[in-house]
Amino acid sequence: MQDFTKMTLAEMSSALQAREISSAELTKAYIASIEKNEPRVGAYVSTDARHALDMAIAVDKRRAAGEALHALAGIPMAIKDNICTKGIRTTCASKMLADYIPPYNAHVVEQLEKAGYVMLGKLNMDEFAMGSTTENSAVKATHNPLDLTRVPGGSSGGSAAAVAALEAAYTLGSDTGGSIRQPAAFCGVVGMKPTYGTVSRYGLVAFASSLDQIGPLTRTVRDNATVLNAIAGHDGRDATSIDRDHGDFSAEIGKGVAGLRIGIPKEFFGEGIAPDVKEAVLNAAKRYEKMGAQLLEVSMPAIDHALAAYYVISSAEASSNLARFDGVRYGYRTEEFEDIAELYKKSRSEGFGAEVKRRIMLGTFALSSGYYDAYYKKALQVRALVRADYDRVLQQCDVILSPVAPTVAYKLGEKSQNPLEMYMGDAYSVPVNVAGIPALALPCGTGEGGMPVGLQLMGKPFSEALLYRVGAALEDDMGGASK
Amino acid sequence: MTLYKGYEMVIGLEVHVELKTKTKIFCSCPTTFGAEPNTQCCPVCMGYPGTLPVLNKKVVEYAVKAGLATNCTIANYSKQDRKNYFYPDLPKAYQISQYDLPLCEHGHLDIETEEGSKRIGITRIHIEEDAGKLVHDDKHGTMIDCNRCGVPLIEIVSEPDIRSAEEAKAYLQKLRAIILYTGVSDCKMQEGSLRCDVNLSVRKAGTEKFGIRTEMKNLNSFQFIVKAIEYEYKRQVDALEAGEVITQETRRFDPATGKTYTMRSKENANDYRYFPDPDLPPIELTNAVIKALGDQIPELPDARKQAYMEKYGLTAYDGEVLTSDKALADYFEAAAATTKYQKLAANLLITEFMRLIEGESFVCPVSAKHLGELATLVGDDVINSSTAKKLIRDMFETDASPKALVEERGLAQINDEVLLGKLVAEAVAANPKSVADYKKGKLAAAKAIIGNVMSKTAGKGNPVIINRLLEAELQKQ
Repeated sequence: MQDFTKMTLAEMSSALQAREISSAELTKAYIASIEKNEPRVGAYVSTDARHALDMAIAVDKRRAAGEALHALAGIPMAIKDNICTKGIRTTCASKMLADYIPPYNAHVVEQLEKAGYVMLGKLNMDEFAMGSTTENSAVKATHNPLDLTRVPGGSSGGSAAAVAALEAAYTLGSDTGGSIRQPAAFCGVVGMKPTYGTVSRYGLVAFASSLDQIGPLTRTVRDNATVLNAIAGHDGRDATSIDRDHGDFSAEIGKGVAGLRIGIPKEFFGEGIAPDVKEAVLNAAKRYEKMGAQLLEVSMPAIDHALAAYYVISSAEASSNLARFDGVRYGYRTEEFEDIAELYKKSRSEGFGAEVKRRIMLGTFALSSGYYDAYYKKALQVRALVRADYDRVLQQCDVILSPVAPTVAYKLGEKSQNPLEMYMGDAYSVPVNVAGIPALALPCGTGEGGMPVGLQLMGKPFSEALLYRVGAALEDDMGGASK
Repeated sequence: MTLYKGYEMVIGLEVHVELKTKTKIFCSCPTTFGAEPNTQCCPVCMGYPGTLPVLNKKVVEYAVKAGLATNCTIANYSKQDRKNYFYPDLPKAYQISQYDLPLCEHGHLDIETEEGSKRIGITRIHIEEDAGKLVHDDKHGTMIDCNRCGVPLIEIVSEPDIRSAEEAKAYLQKLRAIILYTGVSDCKMQEGSLRCDVNLSVRKAGTEKFGIRTEMKNLNSFQFIVKAIEYEYKRQVDALEAGEVITQETRRFDPATGKTYTMRSKENANDYRYFPDPDLPPIELTNAVIKALGDQIPELPDARKQAYMEKYGLTAYDGEVLTSDKALADYFEAAAATTKYQKLAANLLITEFMRLIEGESFVCPVSAKHLGELATLVGDDVINSSTAKKLIRDMFETDASPKALVEERGLAQINDEVLLGKLVAEAVAANPKSVADYKKGKLAAAKAIIGNVMSKTAGKGNPVIINRLLEAELQKQ
């Protein structure tokens, strides 16, 4: 039998429509893949094969009855475990929510439900989305499917690994400082962090409210646009959700890059970038040039301060967002306590992992009396400078090109003892969140150990269609999706 | 106002008012009071993971009205901030409030004091969400009712301009009246829709430097507020005179003992780590929008009071009393429209009717037109005031028309001077001792004679006429 799991979403949709395969059969194929790969990859926190099959069968019935269905109907996918699924355990890979069952669906889940999705399970991540390797998960570490001794990236490590290992046709992740793009790069798949406000955050367990966005991870650029079409759009329950007609995100794919101006910012290629990554990314730039794009050297001095601003802002907001986990109404509660103060202290000390506690402490400090101006307020001012740099450069260029991360995926355990070093790996991805602009990550070659190198394309707010166009051009030029 | 040991008290009041919007400030749960615990809440107001606040526009509108009614400047641009602290009645472990850019600032209201009208400044009014309620019992310990989480509040902060318990009470009554007139809250202290915290410090009269202040929270009646202020004032003065330093702290008032007790020290209080809430956009109001909201506010108490004083000749005091409650003022105006004796109607209302009405807000079983009728009967001398008093009791029971009652029972006053003159002459003749006492200078002896005439007229004699006739008669003697 044809391996349908290697198809693009468009091909799967056609095959389903043509009755070449049923959703139930497709789902069974993924269930089998999960059974086979999970012991080594560990992308999932939880799976529910029975539930997935029920969903698939329901879609098959509707299709058989002649109903016109969405492009994603009946296609099995999985969701990062910080996105609320009603009645289905949502843990954020934390002991704090190990048994937490949300009473409502996130907006994106409602959208997918309308589309007739099939959900295979919930995906592993760094605890509360804090981390770059998924090693901070309280559940387990996820292994990079391309080299099981290496990290898949984070915090949406499970989302990227599942797509790379063909354990899901597409997945949803979340990105606060690179958490979709960096694992996509490490695992050789495509990931998009949309413009802030494009996808509703209602139902996404908040890490940093002004930086978080949900986005798709897929095998191809076209697939990614298809999924973004389904989940983007205004939601009245999220006051930061933009009310705007986004149009069809895939509308510009196929137009090529002739005449487009691509900015190459020197700050993204300075000290710290590994030579293999630099080579692969610049080779991709040359491909664009050959295809008719104009490369422009640009400079974005504020970028050098973006990382510090990011860690101050995200930690500060996280310290407030995670304060609700106090053992009182839901989540983990310590067993023995004398009074409310002890209940709080012990529940939070026992329920949270080390990285989460580290960031809560940093964030609390940055907001505290006497330090607010020097840290949080200053970071917000740096944020304005970063935005201004992007605005300026994006007048001169249509898109900006850079690596996603300074290295390819490294070994498990290599950086887990050195938080600061791990933070440095976010230097190329965080400026995007700080500025609120969209960015697409896609494979552009291989590096050390044959590991994939990820290319990052950044654009003006609401320029996702253009990013997909530019990304697809490279993907086509390189002969289609990897694998 | 007498000072205790030469110290004056300096008071600022923080009043929290629940806005009576249909739904809560950040979600669509209802705000009705008194529901079964945890039946009016949802994932948003319970702070469940992944939920987000969305501002209820009506809350802003109501807050702006309250600000305009208290002469505040309304901000064209303001924002909402997170106030972070841990407490079991606070689901998100932060309260969404406003820190440095509140919706309203620099307002004032005027109160009547013994020395005349006094202006009390209002520093600011901002919007925020309410927390839940903790309920304690021996069996379960402490339980949390989240119904109140997310109910919209405005916090009204006064300048420290208040100098006595009476002024504090007058300020609260005036503030309450104004808010009631705007219709944005029902201001029921018993239900917690109006709460008052008192900040009090003392200083030697004539000095400028503020003393250390204490805060007294959640005093839930005007009476308790007055008592608490009186106690705390003396306590602080006595402490200072004994050489002690006042601890800056929160104190609770015990109505049973009439004393205040330490609750928690404000010095060790939380650093709230205020920062702008990233989930909420700023609140932007154009001057046109603000004006349109202002146009919706009905005539406010002071304006009405002024009108009563000018149109009906009422005193400032009577005007203040009648306008202290919108329902009362509306009632008075309805009655005043039916009689030319409006001042009389006001007197009857204030001295006789109000005594018979209980409860925080004005509800009267007698229809306004019947009050007007009564005033006309008295004003036209058809009945005297003691007859009126008797009628009022019946009117309260059945809302009977006083005119009908007078006719039915033949209660009309006797104004016939010939008849009265005859009775007076008879009474004088029958009471020589009283006449003699009166002549000796005991003016009170005349009362006995009047009483005699009154009983002969079954109380219906016109006292003014009787008095005049009696005086004339006694002069003859």
